[in-house]
Amino acid sequence: MNVTRFLSRNWLVSYAVVYMVLLYLPALLLPLFAFNSSTIIAFPLKGFTLEWFGVLIETKALHKAVQNSLIIALITSAISTLLGILGARAIVRFRFPLKRGIVGLIMVPLILPEIIVGVSLLVLLMQIGISLSIWTVIAGHVLICLPFSVAILSSAFQGLDPSLEEASMDLGETRFGTFRRVIFPLILPGIISSMLITFTISLDEFIIAFFLTGTDVTLPVYIWGQMRFPAKLPSIMALGTILLLLSIFLLVLGELFRRRSARRQGKSTSPTGGLV
Amino acid sequence: MLSREGRQGLTLISPPFLYALLLLAAPLAVVVTFSFWSQNYLDLDTTLTLKNYREVWTKPIYRVLILRSLNISMLVTVFTVLLAFPMAYFLSFRVKQNKALWLFLITIPFWTSYLLRIFLWKVILGYNGVLNSALMGAGFIDEPLTFIMYNVTAVVITLAHAWAPFAILPIFVALERIDRSLLEAAEDLGDGPVRRFFRVTLPLAMPGVLASTLLVFIPTVGDFVTPRLVGGKDGLMVANLIQVYFGKANNAPLATALAVSSMLIVTSISVIIFIVGRRIGGRTR
Repeated sequence: MNVTRFLSRNWLVSYAVVYMVLLYLPALLLPLFAFNSSTIIAFPLKGFTLEWFGVLIETKALHKAVQNSLIIALITSAISTLLGILGARAIVRFRFPLKRGIVGLIMVPLILPEIIVGVSLLVLLMQIGISLSIWTVIAGHVLICLPFSVAILSSAFQGLDPSLEEASMDLGETRFGTFRRVIFPLILPGIISSMLITFTISLDEFIIAFFLTGTDVTLPVYIWGQMRFPAKLPSIMALGTILLLLSIFLLVLGELFRRRSARRQGKSTSPTGGLV
Repeated sequence: MLSREGRQGLTLISPPFLYALLLLAAPLAVVVTFSFWSQNYLDLDTTLTLKNYREVWTKPIYRVLILRSLNISMLVTVFTVLLAFPMAYFLSFRVKQNKALWLFLITIPFWTSYLLRIFLWKVILGYNGVLNSALMGAGFIDEPLTFIMYNVTAVVITLAHAWAPFAILPIFVALERIDRSLLEAAEDLGDGPVRRFFRVTLPLAMPGVLASTLLVFIPTVGDFVTPRLVGGKDGLMVANLIQVYFGKANNAPLATALAVSSMLIVTSISVIIFIVGRRIGGRTR
């Protein structure tokens, strides 16, 4: 192997390693401070403690926020996945007028600054006179989760062999029967993947929730409120650690289902999850 | 008359489409209308006026904030895309197995603890922060560096970090699409690795670079959490003001005029970036 080539190869590998370390650096600090017995979030670390996790158990307001966030995330993931199934199916299987424009509108929250989504929904709600509740947060979250659902499910539908549907129809199944007995089982992993990922997005979303939350605050909004109090910070680190682990768990699960979906359809997984 | 297929497709897509129409297009239309109204203490004055826009486009504070936001977003975009390119290149050309796993690992941070990740940059860049204690411990500096916290630099670092995963994906996809035989051809025709990169790989990857540029530039202009947490006084961006006008200052019409103006500017810049990018990468299509 020639020397310049060898060097360039190693340069890239080391670059990639440094890049990944930096990408994870902030997240890795979370557990470090969560178990640190000092009340100040700074180095050097003092000692090991579980005190901050204990604080979480005693904080009633936090439990309410967790409950709100879980309800919001659950309903958001169900609605956006349901709408995503319809959208993805239409996009993959049918040609129809104004397709680009319609799909563009559905996908645009992917790139729109979240403050614009939050503010515009807030203005509309104020005008109609709907008061803020967990439902207004859900409305906003479905909007930003929908593009992800559509992307994930589109790749699930893309792997579907149309001849399977034709065979089912030829054998006398109705359109609905075909969907239930042939299509649904094949895209089920995609559906679960979409639900898990949108659940995670909703659980972590702050900006839209900040504008649309009423008195029932979500977890990120609660965390934002606590950040002003330095004394609360260590317990927020503990909370963050739990949330981080939960999110990673959900995402890994989602990824596994996505791969299974691709395998079941006998094609190689699209590494980007159909996002681009 | 619509074809059967067209009707079926439209029927299927109508629920998500209506959702986006009612909860995105309609609110945006209301926002635009709102920006032509005015706030009279507690009441909304619904007579159409250009008052808000006059204020936004003439008062220096808005110009300063908008220009600073654009400046920050552009810096973030340049950094993010430049740093993402080698990573995407590595994934596409060097990683042979488990590409999906790598991409998954890259995207995880993007989905988790948005608020806390930003907060932790405060811990990293702060006076007693990770970076300063490491540098002092290693003997590189005697006193903590202060120019890295509560200013534009801190905002740029934090945002570039937050958006890194998003920038890699489109570039990676563009690189994946490159027909590898073109690279061999360039080599056979006598191009060295460097020449080959600039004459073949980079032009073919331009659509991806363009996509990630826009994907990072547009959303970052609207961030208010990062400037608020790590930006200090000099790092505040236009979204911070929009947020204040919506909340404490209670002047929604002015806030919407500010938001609409910013979005118009961002959109025009994006269109220019798009056209210029297309021209540069245009030969490849």
